Amino acid sequence: MTDTLIKVENVSKKFCPSLKKSLWYGMQDLGSELIGHRHGGNGKLRSGEFWAVKEVSFELRRGECLGLIGHNGAGKTTLLRMLNGLIRPDTGRIEMNGQVGALIALGAGFNPILTGRENIYINGAVLGLGRQEIEQKISAIIEFAEIGEFIDAPVQTYSSGMNVRLGFAVAAILLKPDILFLDEVLAVGDIGFTIKCLNLVREITRNAAVVFVSHNMQYISSFCTRVMVLEHGKLLLNSLNPAEGIDRYFCMVEHSIQISGTGEAKVKSLDLLVGGSILTDMEPTIMQGTPVRARLSIDLYRAISNATIYLYIMDEAMSPIICMPVCNADGELSHFQTGELRINLLLGPLELATGKYSFVVSIHDAMTKESLARVQGFKIFRVFAERTYWGKIVRPAMLELY
Amino acid sequence: MSELKTTVYTPESSLRNPARMLREMFSDLLAGRELAWQLALRDIRVQYRQAALGLLWAFILPLANTAAWLFIQGSGIITLQPTALPYPVYVFTGTILWAIFMDAVNAPLQQTTAAKPMLAKINFPREALMLSGIYQTLFNAGIKIGVLLAALLIMGVTPGWGMLLFPLAVLSLILTGTALGMLITPVGMLYTDVGKGMPLLMQFLMYLTPVVFPVPTGGWAATLFQLNPLTPLILTARDLLTGFAPEYWGAFFIVNAAMLVLLAVMWVVYRAAMPILIERMSA
Repeated sequence: MTDTLIKVENVSKKFCPSLKKSLWYGMQDLGSELIGHRHGGNGKLRSGEFWAVKEVSFELRRGECLGLIGHNGAGKTTLLRMLNGLIRPDTGRIEMNGQVGALIALGAGFNPILTGRENIYINGAVLGLGRQEIEQKISAIIEFAEIGEFIDAPVQTYSSGMNVRLGFAVAAILLKPDILFLDEVLAVGDIGFTIKCLNLVREITRNAAVVFVSHNMQYISSFCTRVMVLEHGKLLLNSLNPAEGIDRYFCMVEHSIQISGTGEAKVKSLDLLVGGSILTDMEPTIMQGTPVRARLSIDLYRAISNATIYLYIMDEAMSPIICMPVCNADGELSHFQTGELRINLLLGPLELATGKYSFVVSIHDAMTKESLARVQGFKIFRVFAERTYWGKIVRPAMLELY
Repeated sequence: MSELKTTVYTPESSLRNPARMLREMFSDLLAGRELAWQLALRDIRVQYRQAALGLLWAFILPLANTAAWLFIQGSGIITLQPTALPYPVYVFTGTILWAIFMDAVNAPLQQTTAAKPMLAKINFPREALMLSGIYQTLFNAGIKIGVLLAALLIMGVTPGWGMLLFPLAVLSLILTGTALGMLITPVGMLYTDVGKGMPLLMQFLMYLTPVVFPVPTGGWAATLFQLNPLTPLILTARDLLTGFAPEYWGAFFIVNAAMLVLLAVMWVVYRAAMPILIERMSA
């Protein structure tokens, strides 16, 4: 089955962040709609507006799963709302073939005073299902949501976890769509439930065209057959290779340099070497698993005592992934004396997952542990691999026959 | 596999293709029935489950209104023109009928505002909200009328055969209320001024309608009463209930016909307005 289910041609949408103006434009749009004018006017921006989505086109077939990635405010949700028919495009055309389902507003229409069971019927009706269909599946829903005997208690007595579990179960079990929209809904509940959700969604997606919005690149890489990167409403990339899209997304992450410490040391340069030659690119890309060396140049001014040096590698979220204390051959922490330092460091194979990384160089007083210099966001580099794996470190387990 | 349903979204105004629009309107109305029923059930349950006084709330307001007017009239603060009916019967029927009308006027904006989070994220037949509002108004009207009938019997009024036509009069009040309520909904969803101003406006309208006192016999006030489309509705409803022969059948039917047209127009407007309103809501 290779029928095209979603066809988006040249779609744009304006957005106005100022409330007062936005309401007034709403009034104007209302008036022009009622006298039969096109939505979106002459295609020009009014004062205070910008393009939330600008000239986006793509097609999606059954069995395909499109990952929509980009920073907050890149236009992902606006695009999804247009596809879902909630708001109308200002230019272009959207064609959808088949039943549309969305796992977006979980538990929509839930009323806290009513019981879980009553709410299942209401939520089901909101999703467009009849009483009988819901009755047939209600036990499956209750079981999937792991609600048990609480199903006849008011929803306001539920924990937040139970609430989202019930919301997810209702939508996921009742919907059998041709087209499915998913917007950051998989991270509900604990890890056990998340895995259950993933499996269920995977089952639905097998026979549908799916548009999936997430900031979690692990989900994107494990679900999607195609990735679109949005930035400021524009389509930067539409690729059949999710790894390429994810790499592009990481590319856009900013690592900014921050320097702190007493100033009694200065990091002059840090170079990366692969196979004996220095990587001269601004943001070099290194294949996963490549052995890397670093060449570090430091000036030390602190005269009283020795200094120790640590390297860290941070990911795009600025959380440290690896700490690499600078050591002697015997594994003891090296102590350095005042003066100019030029050292080569063996970092070993780069076992990091696909992404964008930067170094932190941190120099401390060996005795007092006082920070003499700390440079963050230094020497940005990217790691590329054909696949994205779950995990920050990717180390192949070598097969050995016995 | 069955034929796939094709949906197309473009910037074209939906009014440009009336045939398609009409088709979609009725298919959505049909598709929204189940949802409307569930939503009405939910709202009615919630309304009464968390209220100690429960169903009393359906008629407490007109009851209080009646008491206030009986006091005003009885104490001689204001001298009202004599009514053909005993005054308590006149006021009580008037306030109950007015309360039904008010329920119907408030329902569209209330329902749509309450459903904002749903509207902003889920595509469901928007007609369901209106229908659910009408169901709820009907339910509450049923309670009110039950109380009214009981009160009339106690007060010694025996409804005549005209009683059989009384439901028609109640329906026309709900029709008028719904049409007027839908008229203010699109703008009311954008600006809260509308919702805030409504009680004020309705208060005035009530005093221009023979709810708590009869139609003045002369002067500019009489003209206003005559022009008020609600006058024939309330008068006819009251007459049918209390065994009088309605005098304003002509006006009654004209108002109903006009309100049917208004309702149809507002239905179209409501549909066309929805995506524009949702655009201005937070996701």
